[in-house]
Formats: sequence, structure tokens, C-alpha cells
Amino acid sequence: MPAENGNGENGGAEARGEGSVATSADRLVDLYREMVTIRRFEEACQRGFRQGKIGGYLHVYTGQEAVAVGFLDSFKEGDRVITAYRDHPHALLLGSDPKNVMAELYGRGSGIVKGKGGSMHLFDVERGMMGGYGIVGGHIPIGVGIAYALKYHETENICQLFLGDGAMSQGAFHEAANLAGLWGKDGQCPCLFIVENNQYGMGTSVERTTAMTDLAAKFDAYGIEHEKVDGMDIEAVLEAAERLTEQVRETGKPYAVEALTYRTAPHGAADFFEKYRSKEEIEEWRQRDPIGILENKLLDSDAADEEKLEEIKGEAKELIDEAVKFADESEQPPIEELYTDVYSGEDEYTGEA
Amino acid sequence: MAETKTYREALREAMVQEMERDENVILMGEDIGVYGGTHLITDGLIDDWGPKRVMDTPISENGFTGAAVGMAMMGMRPIVEMMTWNFSFLAADQIIQHAAKLRYFSGGQVQIPLVIRGPNGGGVQLSAQHTHSLENFYGHFPGLKVVAPVTPNDVKGMMITAVRDPNPVIFLEAGALYGTKGEVEDGDNAVPFGKARIACEGDDVTLIAYGRQVNLCLRVADTLEEEDGVSAEVIDLRSIRPFDEDAIVASVEKTHRAVAVQEQWRWFGVASEVAAIIQDRAFDYLDAPVERVSGAEVPAPYARNLELAAFPSDKQVANAARRVLYMEEK
Repeated sequence: MPAENGNGENGGAEARGEGSVATSADRLVDLYREMVTIRRFEEACQRGFRQGKIGGYLHVYTGQEAVAVGFLDSFKEGDRVITAYRDHPHALLLGSDPKNVMAELYGRGSGIVKGKGGSMHLFDVERGMMGGYGIVGGHIPIGVGIAYALKYHETENICQLFLGDGAMSQGAFHEAANLAGLWGKDGQCPCLFIVENNQYGMGTSVERTTAMTDLAAKFDAYGIEHEKVDGMDIEAVLEAAERLTEQVRETGKPYAVEALTYRTAPHGAADFFEKYRSKEEIEEWRQRDPIGILENKLLDSDAADEEKLEEIKGEAKELIDEAVKFADESEQPPIEELYTDVYSGEDEYTGEA
Repeated sequence: MAETKTYREALREAMVQEMERDENVILMGEDIGVYGGTHLITDGLIDDWGPKRVMDTPISENGFTGAAVGMAMMGMRPIVEMMTWNFSFLAADQIIQHAAKLRYFSGGQVQIPLVIRGPNGGGVQLSAQHTHSLENFYGHFPGLKVVAPVTPNDVKGMMITAVRDPNPVIFLEAGALYGTKGEVEDGDNAVPFGKARIACEGDDVTLIAYGRQVNLCLRVADTLEEEDGVSAEVIDLRSIRPFDEDAIVASVEKTHRAVAVQEQWRWFGVASEVAAIIQDRAFDYLDAPVERVSGAEVPAPYARNLELAAFPSDKQVANAARRVLYMEEK
């Protein structure tokens, strides 16, 4: 719904979402910028993939932006974040330079992990990004261990552990959730599980993978409290994120939130997604696109006008264009890098070169 | 100073020493605390260290091994007990797909100072699902270190090294030998990885083994000396990855003949690697083809006679040595 022009930027209007937190207009505009930047980044990745500049697998976050943006808004210094392979936004939101992230996808030496991991393995440990992982569910026990270590070292930090709906059929999920619940009894597991339920594990819908489709409720089995949030509504996510990160921080107990969201793009870059879902369904979810919803809110509440939104989009495009240019112009990793980082330590053993 | 101790006592002593030295060292595993450990390696430690340092876990190998990987990424130094290595297949995703590769695919941003330990190998009638020798299996993966100490002194010294190593270490204990005794050095006797041990010096033939097959080779060396007047050198590899090629080559340059002995199956095993290294680096010194003595190509059986037939015997190894010496088999 196109809105009338408002009172320009920083109008000071308070927008309220379904949640209870009053979110200032400035902050919403900032979040809008983050969401738009992520989407531009992912679109640039899809282009790069089609051009053959990005190899391997590529999984984009398009449609799910409100989830990562909302939860990572509550990230505090020293916290940790871990996720699976749909990991570009998590790195970008923690402050990784889009240039280095794009360079990683382009397989360059200036990539964030030196061209050794690619799209699925973005790490920026200094900023708390403990990785993207390629085996569905495999990172969940690791995230639980990270949370345990944060408490063992007597910090006030938490681990935000993102997982997909598909991962919840993995044994690793159930084993890790069980450990988290157990350690949480003693306040030793400050882990916030964020289930990004985008309705499909690759091409198989949640209904076709489990008879118990209430994913949040699965955490009951492990003594972990839980709730659901509308993952398309940034304000609802923000409210949940602020409240739940603080709760986990204070109690040292894990908590789970299922964010209902939708990947409007294909699973991977080579995915014919209309084989497993209808055009009508996709269209229905597109009506609820998190960026579209927020745009309308900003315009309705006069937090920003069309001109401001266009300006933000333009800036995002410029930022991502620069990242693509940087990636494209960067060198491939030096061949010596093949044998580094296999082992840590002075006696690094690399086998026969 | 040294004292006579069992393999079990030496192993426990190493872990306790390292726990005293570094509070990031913790023990985790199934029934290692209150129950005292299935093989009593950790018996009593929960009383001294409490449940945060000696943590009982659910029966959940993939889960707790993965959690230990996360802890290690954060600077803790977990020592994870696999009740037996046979259960490690359940944790293979965490060991192989995560612990071994994380440093590489993070571009060197993390390290995984993790020790996974437990009894390996057969010999105590545990039959098919509880009997494996996994040196070659884990030795295959870059990013892991794999060791298999056989003496009480080595099990202590190599555990100390394992805990201090910033990489994931697969620590394969000779499960059948927990009760065996030997001299163990006091204090810090850290044994470096990648250095084989000459278990017995000799001139005529080299017997190469690791784990409990080292003891078999030592018995065979005695037999060969007594019955055949042959002087056999026995090399205890100790460490599978890194691998001490030089020790093997130096010995074969001296003896010109080699027999590699392993409890595991013949195909794609450590002994094949030994043979390949010798032909690569000591071909001109060889006076006979390298022999391999391996376990029978069957799942491990239960009945005592069948089990004995499934693993290398003294007789098989002695005859292999006689063959490479072009002597009559007995």
C-alpha cells in the first residue's frame, strides 16, 4: 500500500509492531537499511552465481531478513552466533565487511576465511561469528558447547544458535537440545535457539517431514521453554529478541523461539522451486515480505518517505556494488595456502606436499 | 624417578596432572563420574574435581562430542571419553566433519584443542560391534592427530602431549592392556607425537606394529632369537598421524627386511602404508618383499578360538619374519 509522503527522515514518529516494545523511527530506519542491504547482497550473490563467479553451493536468505536482523539487534559484545549454511546475513550483521564476505564467495584470498570455506563457512570469530556450517544439524551441538563454555568462563554472554526447520529431524538436534536442557538446569547453558522455520527443508515441507509440526513444542521434550514469533514482522522479532536474550543472559538457561518465515528465493541457486510449492503460496508469502511490511510501516507512520527509502536502497546498492567489484578484482588465494591451517601450532604437519 | 604402574593408573595420572595445571581441562563422557568409568580410568575423580570438571553425559556420542568441539573452540580443553571407540561412529560427523576441518574452513580462525580417548582394538571376546581397530580410519583424515600408545609410560606421556596439543587428538588406548604394568616416569614425561619407539633393537628383520601388537612382536622377537638365532628389531609406531617414516626407513636400511603387523583388516590398513613408505624410500635396501600380517577379513567373532584366529598370532608373525629371511616356516 503506497503511503502518502510523510514528514521526511527522522520524523520522530513511534511505530509499534505486534510486540510491546516501542521502537523509535530512527531505529526502524536503521533496521530497514540492514534488511535491504542483506537482500541486495543476496541478489548480487545470485547474479555472481549465474555468471559462474561463485562456485559450489549458494543459499540465500531472501524473505527471511527480519529474523537475523531482529535477533542480532540484541547481540552484545562477547556474545557468540552460530548458524548453518544460510549464513551471509549473520556475518554481515555482526559487522563483517561485505567486501570480504563477497570475496569469500568469489573464492579470493581476501575472503573472510581466505577462500577456504566459501558461502557455507563464514567465520568472523573476533566479532562473535562462530561460523556457518554445511552439515544440517551439525553445528547445534557445537553451539551448545559454546554456550556452556561462556558460562564455564563466568561471562555474562550468550550464544544465539540459529537452525532451520529441516535440522530438527536430525539426531544432532535432539542430542544437543537434551544436553542444553540438562546443563540449563544448573544455569550452565545460556543458549538461545532460534528456529528459522522457512517451511521447507530443501524441497520437502515441514508437514512432509514430521507428524508433529509444532516445532517449538519439540523443545518440551528437553525441558526447554519456547514460543513462536512472526518472523516476517521485524518489530515482533525485535520484541522477542530483546526479552529473550536478556532472559537467557540472566538465567543461564536455554530458550527456544520458532520464527515463522519463508524463503521466497529457491533453496539453492540451482533449485526449481515451483516443483514443490505453488505460485499461489509463494505469492501469499510475498505479500508478507518483511521488507515490504516494514516499508509500509515506515511510510504509514511517517518515519520515512519514499525518497528516503529510495536513498537507502541506493546506498545499499552502492555498498554491494563495491563489494562485488572488490571481490571481482581480488586475487585468488596464493597456492601456498593449500597447506596452511590444517593444523594449529608450530609443529604443523601437512603431510606430503 | 620412575615407578611401576598400570596402564590405567598412568593414564589417569596424566589427566589429573593436566587438570591440576590448567583449569580449562575437563573430562566428559558416559558414566565417567559417579559410576567411575566403565574401565575405571576415571574412578574417584568426580570426588576430587566435582561434576564441572568430571562431567557425566547422556548416552549421546554425537551430541557431547560436538559440544566438546564447541568448548574447545572457546579455549576449553575437553578430554572426551568414548566408552569404547566402537561408539565413535555415532560421533563421526562431529569428529570428521567438524573437529578435523574447522580450522581449515575457518581460514585458521579457530583451533580445536580436543582429546577423544578410549579403548580400541579387540582381544576380550566382545564380538563384532564392540571390536574395531580404528587407527587407519581416523588416520585417513587430515586435521586429526592419531596416536596409539602401548606402554604405561607412553600412555601417560602421550596423554600429556595430547592435552597440550592445540589440535583434535584421537587417543586410541590398548583396551586389553589397562591392567598391564610398566615403569612410568614421575612428573612431566611428555612424549612427542610423530616419533616411533624402538621397542627392541635388532639387525636381521624389522617388525613394525602399534598398540597391543607391539607386545606380540616383542614375544616373537624372543622366539626368533631362541629358535632361529635371528635378531629382530621391533618398532612401536606410537603415532599414526603424524607418522614417523624416518624411523621405519632407518631400520629397514639396517635390516633389509620388514614385517608390518596390525590387528585391523588387511585392506587399506596401516601396514599397507608402511609397505608403501618402505618401497618409496628404502626400495634399494630391501632383500625381500615387505610382509603384512593382519586381522582376518571378517567381523570380529565371539568364541575364544574364533577370536584368536581372527587376530594376528605369534606364529603368523614369526613365520612372516622367516619368509622375508628366506628361512623355513615353522
